[in-house]
Amino acid sequence: MQEPPKITRRSLLGGSLALAGATAAGCAIPVGLGSAQNRVQYWHFLGASDGIIMNKMVTAFAKDNPNIFVEENVLAWGEPYYTKIAMAGAGGRSPDLATFHLARLAGIGAGAILDPINVKLLEEVGLRAADFSPPIWERAHLDGVLYAIPFDAHPMVQYYNTDICGKAGLLGSDGKLLPTRNQDELLAMLRKAKEALGGKPPLVFDALGLGTVGPWRVWYSLYPQSGGTLLSDDGTTIAIDDQKALQALRLMAQLGQEGLCDPRTDYGASVASFTNGQSAFLWNGDWETTGLKERKTPFSMTRFPSVFGTGAAQADCHSFVLPHQRNRDPEVERATYQFIAYLVKNSADWAVAGHVPAYLPALEEPDYLALQPQSEYRSVITEVALDPQVWFAGSASRMWIEIGEAFSPVISGERTPEEGLAAAKASLNRLLSAPNPFPEQER
Amino acid sequence: MTTTVAAPAAATPAATEAKVRRGWTQHGLLFVAPFLVIYVVFLVWPTILGLRMSMSSVNIAGTNDNMVGFDNYAEAFADPRMWRSLWNTVVFTVLSTVPLVLLGLGFALLVHHLRFVQWLWRLSFFGPFLLPSAVVSILWLQMIYPPDYGLINGTLGTDFTWLTDPSTAMFSVVLTTVWWTVGFNFLLYLAALQSIPQHLYEAAAIDGASAWDKLRSITLPLLGRTTALIVVLQLLASLKVFDQIYLMTGGGPEDSTRPIIEYAYDMGFTGYRIGYASAVSYILFAIIVIVSLAQLRLFRKRAEGSS
Repeated sequence: MQEPPKITRRSLLGGSLALAGATAAGCAIPVGLGSAQNRVQYWHFLGASDGIIMNKMVTAFAKDNPNIFVEENVLAWGEPYYTKIAMAGAGGRSPDLATFHLARLAGIGAGAILDPINVKLLEEVGLRAADFSPPIWERAHLDGVLYAIPFDAHPMVQYYNTDICGKAGLLGSDGKLLPTRNQDELLAMLRKAKEALGGKPPLVFDALGLGTVGPWRVWYSLYPQSGGTLLSDDGTTIAIDDQKALQALRLMAQLGQEGLCDPRTDYGASVASFTNGQSAFLWNGDWETTGLKERKTPFSMTRFPSVFGTGAAQADCHSFVLPHQRNRDPEVERATYQFIAYLVKNSADWAVAGHVPAYLPALEEPDYLALQPQSEYRSVITEVALDPQVWFAGSASRMWIEIGEAFSPVISGERTPEEGLAAAKASLNRLLSAPNPFPEQER
Repeated sequence: MTTTVAAPAAATPAATEAKVRRGWTQHGLLFVAPFLVIYVVFLVWPTILGLRMSMSSVNIAGTNDNMVGFDNYAEAFADPRMWRSLWNTVVFTVLSTVPLVLLGLGFALLVHHLRFVQWLWRLSFFGPFLLPSAVVSILWLQMIYPPDYGLINGTLGTDFTWLTDPSTAMFSVVLTTVWWTVGFNFLLYLAALQSIPQHLYEAAAIDGASAWDKLRSITLPLLGRTTALIVVLQLLASLKVFDQIYLMTGGGPEDSTRPIIEYAYDMGFTGYRIGYASAVSYILFAIIVIVSLAQLRLFRKRAEGSS
């Protein structure tokens, strides 16, 4: 047994600070600690304003557990992240812990690239199945084996600028945005905001750009509200209801045509426009909260508008996975579970980043309920529209990007809703006909 | 091997000379051995390995490694997106090679005749080539092409979506590539121009040749070999285009810029299907070999014709 490296708390904190600096720059951090027994290598992709919160939590954990060193490594979100996880897992020389989108679980070949969660160790650190939102806990399994520990759900939400909405008369007496229950109410709300903005588009979301998934997110929030599904239950055939799909696409086209949304903003521009008060509404995932607060934008948040029936909103869930390692050090493994338990049990801190905790006790904590505006949309947790469980779905998957590309021109009016739907179906057909690189018998 | 070792004792100078001419001496073999080892380990072996992969269903984790014969190739040939990306590569190659060669020549002639502050002209044409592809891509993506605040739209007062409209995306990527890489061809041409003997021009001047005559009858013919070299290098470079397109458009919008290398990358690393991706890469490999062989033949003919 090797002694843990001798590091004082001061040098550890200094190290974490340096780490914070390095992670902000998004690069790997070689830590000169030698072969520490209790060094947990942790990969994540939390680079938006939620990355700041994650870093704070890692630092707080380090303070409480001086015998465990968490080497935080922030990688670029999206396709490259999953490529790296897959390749590291394939080589069996992975980090000890990684964040993961639950919807990607079916696509990654869990048996080959991820190791199953040790349920006994999980219980030892005080985490039980009953503590998690049941549908999400269910999604963390593949063929009855637990491969991920759910952390949160991050649904599409509606951010609104309280100053502009107040001026436009859209706020109730409690200062909160008046709800919209159908298409006409939504359009009326946006038209009023447009007037208040002097004719500028009141709504922004990432409508175009490199690898944009905004059009997919908006559509997959609207379409499931009317009860539409994407694929058959077994994930082998397209099950899109054309009428319902087109109804959602026509609304998206109208938003662009009427100048109610800006069809020419990409992700960065949409967030910047909302941050600077140039638009009244931002449709996005819930993770921009911290950044908007720091930049003092007068804003609040609410659930994605209910337009076609239910209040469904597109969502995915962050979770923790153990990328495959040939030889897992039992000491490090124990430390890893300790770290996971710390993060999950302190989900109320994590919720500051905007995400809705998947750990049920956290949802009841006064600390969480006091979070404004983060706790405003927590009820969405029962109505999240998750991806179908197929290998090509999930955050930054080919499906998201290809459908995003198919629908982006619908918003800008360069393509009719019918053409957009046809393009999306063509993409789905291609994805369905390609063989699954990780067939079932592999697991 | 034993015969070659025994041979030198009895070898006559003439025999040794014949052997040297055929390219076989044991010293020679010793000298090339290190390179030969590297060549086999890092080129020949992976090439064979890749060929094997292209006939299997192997995924990124190295599992599911079943031999499927030519299934991947059959799928690739029937895959409209493979053809689309191949076509994009061809379009990019044609659109980029022509201006890169012509502009390289044009700029070289210009700088060659501008006798003052030559270093400044050389630097301004060659400068962009020194930038890494990531820097160039981000520069154009974030500062020059953005529809609302970009340099081009800001200057022209237009609002084109350069990189996100399928009809302009390829053109925009080519424009960036030309700006970025023309310096290399320019430098090759400039070096070739400076090596043309001055007395040829003096003799022509005595004969009363005009500037146009000199360019047509002396400069361009003497640049022939350089042009041939530049065209080959440029064709191969353009066929292998990847970085700037991946960084600027990601192959979109609607597959309008995705080159074949990116398609192989997407299938292999994002789609996890290494076997299929290998088959796609081997199709490109075959095309590059064919282009190179065609060029080689063309050269040989030209070389024979001139001698």
